[in-house]
Amino acid sequence: MSKTLEGLYYSESHEWVKVEGNVAIIGITDFAQHAMGDLSYVDMPEVDDELEKGEEFGAVESVKAASDLYSPVSGTVIEINEELEDAPELLNQDAFANWIIKVEMSDPSELEALMDAAAYESMCANE
Amino acid sequence: MKYYDKLIFDLSKEGRQGYSLPANKWESTVSELPAGLLRSEAPALPQVSELDVVRHYTNLSQMNFGVDSGFYPLGSCTMKYNPKINEEIAANPVFAGLHPLQPAETVQGALRLYKDLAAALSAITGMAEFTLDPFAGAHGELTGLMVIRQYHIARGDLKRTKIIVPDSAHGTNPASAAVCGLDIVQVKSNPVGLVDVEDLKPLLDDTIAGIMMTNPNTLGLFEKDIREIAALVHACGGLLYYDGANMNPLMGVVRPGDMGFDVLHLNLHKTFSTPHGGGGPGSGPVGVAAHLASHLPVPKVVEAEDGTLYIADGTCKCASSPEGSGAFGPACGCAPECKCGCQACGQISGFMGNFGVLLRAYTYILMLGKQNIKKVGPLAVLGANYIKESLKDVYKLPIPTVCKHEFVFDGLADQSTGVTTLDVAKRLLDYGFHAPTIYFPLLFHQSIMIEPTETESKETLDEFIEVMRKLAQEALESPEYFKEAPHNTPVGRLDETTAARQPILRYKDLV
Amino acid sequence: MAFAYFPHTEDDIRQMLDRIGVESLEDLYSDVPQDVIYREEYDLPDAMSEHEVRQYFEALAEQNTSLFCLCGLGAYDHYSPAVIPHIISRSEFLTAYTPYQPEVSQGTLRYIFEYQSMITELTGMDCTNASMYDGATAAAEAMMMAMAATKKKTRVLLSEGLLPQVVKVVKTYAKFKGIAVTMIPCLDGVTSYGSLLTELAVGDVAGVLVPGINKYGIIEDFTGFADAVHAQKGLFMVYSDPSSLAVIKTPADWGADIVCGDSQTLGIPLSYGGPYVGFLACTKDHVRKLPGRIVGATKDVNGKRAYVLTLQAREQHIRREKATSNICSNQSLMALYVTVYMSLMGPKGLREVNELCYGGAHYLHDRLLETGLFEKAFDKPFLKEFTLKTKVPAQRIQDALQLIGVFGAVEVEPGLVNFCVTEKVSKESVDAIVGYLAEEVAL
Repeated sequence: MSKTLEGLYYSESHEWVKVEGNVAIIGITDFAQHAMGDLSYVDMPEVDDELEKGEEFGAVESVKAASDLYSPVSGTVIEINEELEDAPELLNQDAFANWIIKVEMSDPSELEALMDAAAYESMCANE
Repeated sequence: MKYYDKLIFDLSKEGRQGYSLPANKWESTVSELPAGLLRSEAPALPQVSELDVVRHYTNLSQMNFGVDSGFYPLGSCTMKYNPKINEEIAANPVFAGLHPLQPAETVQGALRLYKDLAAALSAITGMAEFTLDPFAGAHGELTGLMVIRQYHIARGDLKRTKIIVPDSAHGTNPASAAVCGLDIVQVKSNPVGLVDVEDLKPLLDDTIAGIMMTNPNTLGLFEKDIREIAALVHACGGLLYYDGANMNPLMGVVRPGDMGFDVLHLNLHKTFSTPHGGGGPGSGPVGVAAHLASHLPVPKVVEAEDGTLYIADGTCKCASSPEGSGAFGPACGCAPECKCGCQACGQISGFMGNFGVLLRAYTYILMLGKQNIKKVGPLAVLGANYIKESLKDVYKLPIPTVCKHEFVFDGLADQSTGVTTLDVAKRLLDYGFHAPTIYFPLLFHQSIMIEPTETESKETLDEFIEVMRKLAQEALESPEYFKEAPHNTPVGRLDETTAARQPILRYKDLV
Repeated sequence: MAFAYFPHTEDDIRQMLDRIGVESLEDLYSDVPQDVIYREEYDLPDAMSEHEVRQYFEALAEQNTSLFCLCGLGAYDHYSPAVIPHIISRSEFLTAYTPYQPEVSQGTLRYIFEYQSMITELTGMDCTNASMYDGATAAAEAMMMAMAATKKKTRVLLSEGLLPQVVKVVKTYAKFKGIAVTMIPCLDGVTSYGSLLTELAVGDVAGVLVPGINKYGIIEDFTGFADAVHAQKGLFMVYSDPSSLAVIKTPADWGADIVCGDSQTLGIPLSYGGPYVGFLACTKDHVRKLPGRIVGATKDVNGKRAYVLTLQAREQHIRREKATSNICSNQSLMALYVTVYMSLMGPKGLREVNELCYGGAHYLHDRLLETGLFEKAFDKPFLKEFTLKTKVPAQRIQDALQLIGVFGAVEVEPGLVNFCVTEKVSKESVDAIVGYLAEEVAL
C-alpha cells in the first residue's frame, strides 16, 4: 500500500505539491513511483522555463516505461533537483522526501483545484 | 551456445591489419591538406589480423539465435524461413555494382525489377500503385501517412490533421503519425478485442485525415466490421490506412484493397521472407489506390510508351509549369494523372530504398508463383490455431475465437506461484526456442503473443506445445528455479536498470 | 506437388484441423466477410524452380550495363574485403530479429556495441545509436532531435552544400512536421559563414546542418560556426563521411552537437542505392533524445559482462506518439558490415584508403585540367571527389565516358561536374580514360 502525506496538494497525474510562500515544490507520489518500478531517469526542465498549469515539464523513466510529468500550477521554474540527475532511485527510496522542481507560482489560486491527501487516496484506490 | 567474452578491441595489437591495400603509386598525400582540416590523432579502431576478425565474429554468431537456429514464434514479427536462393540472387555482382545515379538506359534491368515487384505487390494486395522507396515498416507507415496528408492538402482540405489509431495498434502507428505532424485520436477495442464501431462513430468529422488499422489486429483477430468501418470513415472524408505488419494470414486469401483500404505498407522482411538481419535492413513498400498514386514519393520509376523505363525525380517537366515549387500541393497546376512526380509527397529515402531487399522479395514471389501463394495465409493461420487450441487449458486465453496468424495468451492459467510471462519467456530459451513477443499488446497485463508462420512443421509445433505444457507444470512445482531462468544460455538475466541509469555505450567507457 | 517452404503433409493438415475442431482450411476464415475473400487466380507468374529463378535474374542483370565508377555524390565505389560477405551471411546474424531476448542475442548486441564504439571513435562524439536507414533519413532525424532539444524553436538551417538527396529528404520530413527550413547559400563552393550569421540573427533557429565534405567534394572549414550557433542556443550539426574521418578533422573537434551521415563509404557495395547504413551520433547531453536502438554494456546475474538494448523509454513501443522518432529497427546487418570493415582496416588501413583516394583524385583532377576540356570551379581542398567546370556540354563528356564503360562527369549543377576516385582506381586506368577524353572529345 503506497503512502500519502497530509498537508500536501495532489494532482490527478500523480504529482504532489508542497507550498512554501509563493513557491510550489513539486514531486511525484509514492503511488506513482510504485507503479513505475525502478526509475532510471528523470527528465527535468531548465531553470527559468515558464510553465502553464497542466503543461508537461518532464518525465520519469524506468527500463520498460515512461510517464510524463505535468505541472499542477502555472509559474516559473526556479530550481530543479540536480541530485536526481545521477540518482533517480532517490524517488524510489522516498518519493516525498525528494522533490523534482520548484516553481514560483503566478496564480496560487490554482491550488484550489488540486486534491487533498484523502481525496487522492480514494482516487488511487479506484485505479 | 557457448559464452565468449571478448570485444574485437580486446584482440587489438599495435601493428596488425586485417586487410592489405594496393601499393600507393600516387604522388599527392593527405598531409598536403591545410593542417586545420586534419585530424590530430588517429581513431582508436582495433588492429587485428584477418583470422582474428573471422574467428571473433564467428564466435559472436554462436551466441545468437536466428530462424535457422530454431523455432522463433515472435508475435507480429512473422519469423518465417528465409530462403537461401534469395541471398544468392541479391549477391549478383552486376546488381551490387550499379551506382544509383547511373543513367536510366544503363539500369533498365534494375528499374524493371521495381516495376515488376510493384506489379506483383499490386496483384497480391489489390492496390493500384506502389512505391518501393521506404526502408522499413515504420518508414512505410510514415510515407503512407505523408501520402494521406498530401492528398488532403492538394484538395485544399487543410483541417484534416487528426488520425484515428486503435488502442491495440503497434507503437509505431502513433509514433509515425506524430512524425507526420498528425494529432492522434485513440479508438477503443470492444470486449471481444475488435475496434468498437460505436466508439468510432462520434470521432468521425471533417478534421479526420484517416484511420490506421491493423487487420488482423495485434490480437490476431480479423476486424470483421471492416466494411462498415471503411464506409463510415470514407463517408466523413477520411482515408483508411492498412498496417501490413500482419499481412501474412491474408496472403493469398484477402486483398486489403478489396476491404476498402486506400493506403497500405507491407513488410518485405515479414510477409515476403527477406531476412530480418538482427533488426534490418528491411523494406516497407507503400501501396495506394489509384486516386492517391500521384502523391507517392519520388524518385519513382515510370514506363515510357516505348516500354523503356526512366526515373521521375519530382522536378516538374510539364510544359505549362514552372520548375519544382517545393510547396505543398500541385503548385505547378498539373493534372492528377501527371507522371513527373511533381505532386509527390516528397522524397523519403536517399535513393530508391533497399534495392538488395527488393531482389530477395521478388525472388520469393517467383518461387511461390500464383500456385503456392494461396496457401501462405491458410497454413500460417492453421499453425496459430493449432498451438492456441493445444495450450488454452494451461495458459489464459482471454479471447477464445478463431485467430489468424497469431494470438495472445494473458499469462499462465494458474498464476498462483507468481511465475510471470517474463519468466515463461526466459525459461523457453532454456529449451532451445526463441521467446514469443511479451507484454504486447498492452491490453492485457501478461501478454504472450505467439506467431508460428507457415514454414514450421507440425513436428516443430508439437515440440513447442509439449515444452509450453511442461513449463506450465514446472511453474507450479519449482517456481523459484523457474524465476531464475534462463539457465542454459551464454548469459543469464541482465541488470537492465543499471544499464539505463549509467549508460555505457562504447568501449572507451568500459575500460 | 509439395512446395519447398511448406512442410505440411495432407495428413498433418487433417490432424491439425481436427485438433482445432474445424473441417477445412477455409473454415479458419469463417470470421472474414465472405465477399472480401479473393477467389480468383492471382495475376502473378507461374511458380519457378530455383534454376528458373536464377535464369530469370541473370537475364535481368544483362539488361544493365556495368560501368567503371568515377562518380561519388552520396554513393562510393570502395572495395569490400571478402571476409565481410562471408561473416554477414552467417545465418545466426542474418536470420535473427531485433535483439529483444538479450540472453540469446549477445552476438548481435556485442557487434552493435562495437559498431557504436567505432562510430564514436571516428566522429569523436560521445554516443551513437545502433544505426539508421541511410544518411538522408539520419539527417532528418538529426533535425527532429534538434527540434526536441531546443523545444520552442521552429526553424532549422541547411547548407546548400549538402547533397541534394539529403536536402530533399530533410525538407520532406520538415514539411509534414511543421518545421521551417531555410537554406544557407554556398559562397565560392563552401557554406557561407556570413549568411549563417545573418540567418542566426533572425532568430528562432533550433539547429544548423552543414556538410563535412560538401556536394562539390570540398572539405569545409567550420571555424567559428559552432560558437555562432551555440550563442543563439541552437545545435550545430554536421553531415559527415565516416571513412574520411580517419584523416580529416572530426565533427567533435568542430564543436558539433549532432553528427549524421551515411556509412556506405565503409565498404558497402553500391547496390543501386541500398541497403546502406546511416549513422547518428551526439554529445552525451542529448543521448536521451537520440532516436532508435541503443546498446549498452551491463552485467548478468552472475556478474558476466553482457550487452542489452538500453534507454528504451525513448522509443515508440513505450512512448508511442511521444517517442523521439517512429524508427523501431535499424540497419543492423549493415552495421555489422561496416563494423567488420573497420576491424579489418584498423586505423592505418582506413588512413591508407584515404591516401589512395586522395592521391588518385588529385592525379585525375590535374590530368583532366590538362585536357583543356575543363577548368577549375573552385580552388578549395578536397579528398576523393571534386568538381570541375566543363567547357563542353557535360552530356558529351558523359556519353564519351559511357562508350568506354565509365560512369562519371555527373552534373552537380549546370556546367559543374563531379568526379570521384576510390582505392579501386589504378593509375593506368586514369591515364587511359583521360587520354581517351583528350583524344575523342573536341572542344
